[in-house]
Amino acid sequence: MSTPIAFLGPFGDAIDFILHERESVSGGVQIGGPGEIFELTGNHLLVSAVAIAAAVVIFLPLGLFLGHRNQGEFLAVSVSNVGRAVPSLALLAFFLAYLGIGFVNVAAVLFLLAIPPILTNTFVGVRQVDRDAVDAAKGLGMNASQIIRRVELPLALPIIFAGLRLSTVAVLATATIAPLANVLTLGVPITEPQTYGDDGQRAAAMVVAVVTLGADLVLRLIERVITPKGLKLSEHDDLPRKRRSSTNLIRRNKPA
Amino acid sequence: MPGPVRSSRPRNRRSSRTSETDVTTPSAQVELRERTGEDCISNNGFCPEWIVENFDRYVDPFFEHIFLTVVSVGIGFAIAFSLALLAHRLRWTFRPISGVTQVLYTVPSIAAFFLLQPYTGRGNLTAIVALVAYTLFILFANIMTGLDNVSRDVKDAGRGMGLTDRQLLWRVELPLALPEILAGLRIATTTTIGLATLAFFAGGGGLGALIEQQLFFKSNVVVAGGLAVLLAAVFDLLILGLQRIAMPWRRVALA
Repeated sequence: MSTPIAFLGPFGDAIDFILHERESVSGGVQIGGPGEIFELTGNHLLVSAVAIAAAVVIFLPLGLFLGHRNQGEFLAVSVSNVGRAVPSLALLAFFLAYLGIGFVNVAAVLFLLAIPPILTNTFVGVRQVDRDAVDAAKGLGMNASQIIRRVELPLALPIIFAGLRLSTVAVLATATIAPLANVLTLGVPITEPQTYGDDGQRAAAMVVAVVTLGADLVLRLIERVITPKGLKLSEHDDLPRKRRSSTNLIRRNKPA
Repeated sequence: MPGPVRSSRPRNRRSSRTSETDVTTPSAQVELRERTGEDCISNNGFCPEWIVENFDRYVDPFFEHIFLTVVSVGIGFAIAFSLALLAHRLRWTFRPISGVTQVLYTVPSIAAFFLLQPYTGRGNLTAIVALVAYTLFILFANIMTGLDNVSRDVKDAGRGMGLTDRQLLWRVELPLALPEILAGLRIATTTTIGLATLAFFAGGGGLGALIEQQLFFKSNVVVAGGLAVLLAAVFDLLILGLQRIAMPWRRVALA
C-alpha cells in the first residue's frame, strides 16, 4: 500500500485501516476508518464498563464487610481459584447456548469474570491492614462504618486497585470475543476475517492492546490521585521490594 | 452460526434400524428422529447420547490443549526463573524486567495472537509465544516474592556456615522460596489453560476450537468447556500435591 507509513510493513497497513475507510475484502461494503473504529471501541468500552461497574458496586462493599468482620475467607479466596479455572470462552459459550445472545448476556459474562479479583483483593487488602491501626481507630471512638471507610479502605487501596486492574484487563480482553454473541465490539474485525482481512484483524488487535494498556494506566493514575498523602511515602508497587517493608505483611497474608 | 455438524449424528444406531424401516416416508423419519435423539440435536439441546457417541472428537483437542499449556508454562518458567535470578543478583534490573513483563501480561493474548502473526505465522508457535509472554509476569513476580521473603537471619546463618553465593541460593533461598514459586506456577498454569481456549484464533487448536465451532449447541459447550475446567482443576491439584511432597515440613492450605 502506498501510504507514508508503508515502512511499518504489515502494521503500517493496519494503521492505514484505522485511518482510512476502504472496501471490504469480499467487496460491496465500506469498512475500517476512524468512524467504524470509534464505534466499535465505544461499544467495547460500554459493555466492559457496565460489567466492571456492577462488579465494583456489589462486591467491593461485600469484600470490605467480610474483611472487616474477618468472615467468609474461604468464599473470598476460593472464588478466585474457581474464576481462574473457568475459561472466558467456555463461560461465554455456556451463556449463549443456555440463555442466548445479546448485550445483557455478554455483560453478565463479563460481570462474572470481573468479580473474583475485586472480591478477593478487597478481602485480602482489608485483612492485611495493621491491626494496631484498627485498634487505634477503635480507641478514638470510631464505629464500624467509620473504621471501614476511614482506616481499612484507604490502607487497602493499593491491593484493591491491583484487583480492579486485573478485572479490567480480563474484561477488556474478553469483550473482544463478544461479537460471537452479536455484541459489536472491537472483536468484529477479528472474528470476521472474510470481510475485514488481515489488516482489519491486525488493526483491531492493535486497538484492543492500546485500549487495555491505556485503561491499566488510567487506573494507576486514579490510584495515585486518590491514595492519601501519608500512604505515598513508601510508593507502593504490587511487586516485592527490599525486605522489611510493610509489604512483607501483605505477602504473608496473601493466599498461597 | 453453524449448528451441529450433520455428519456427526449417531450413525451406528441409524444404520442398524434403517434395514427394517423405510426411511423415506415422513412418519418413519419422525419415528427415527425420536429414537436417535435428533430432535434434541436440532434443538441444540443437551443430549447425553450424542455426547457418548461423539466423545472421540474431544480427545485430540484435549491433548492439544495439554500440550499448549505444558509447553507454554514450561518455557515461561525457564525464562521467568532466569530473569528472577538475574534480578535477584543485580537489583537494578528488577524494575525494567518487571515493567516489561507487566506490559506483556496486560496485552490481551487474543490481540497478541494477531500482532505476532506477521512474524510467526499461524499455528502453535504463535499461540505458544503469546502464552509464554503472558505467564512471565505471574511467574517472575512470585519467584521474586519468594526470594525476597527469605529472612535475613537465615541468610546470615548460611553465610556464617561458609556458604558461597551459589550455595546460599540453591540450598537456602530457593528451597525457602518454594511455596511462593509453586503458588505462581499454579496460577500461571490454570490461567494458561483458560487462555489456551482462545489459541484457535492463532491457529493453535485446543478445546476452544471445538467450543467455537458449535457455540450454541449445549452438548458441545458443556463437554468442551467442562473438559477445560476439569483440566484446570486437575493441574491445580497436581501442583498442590507436588507442593506437599516437596515440602513435607509445611502443610499448605487447600485454598
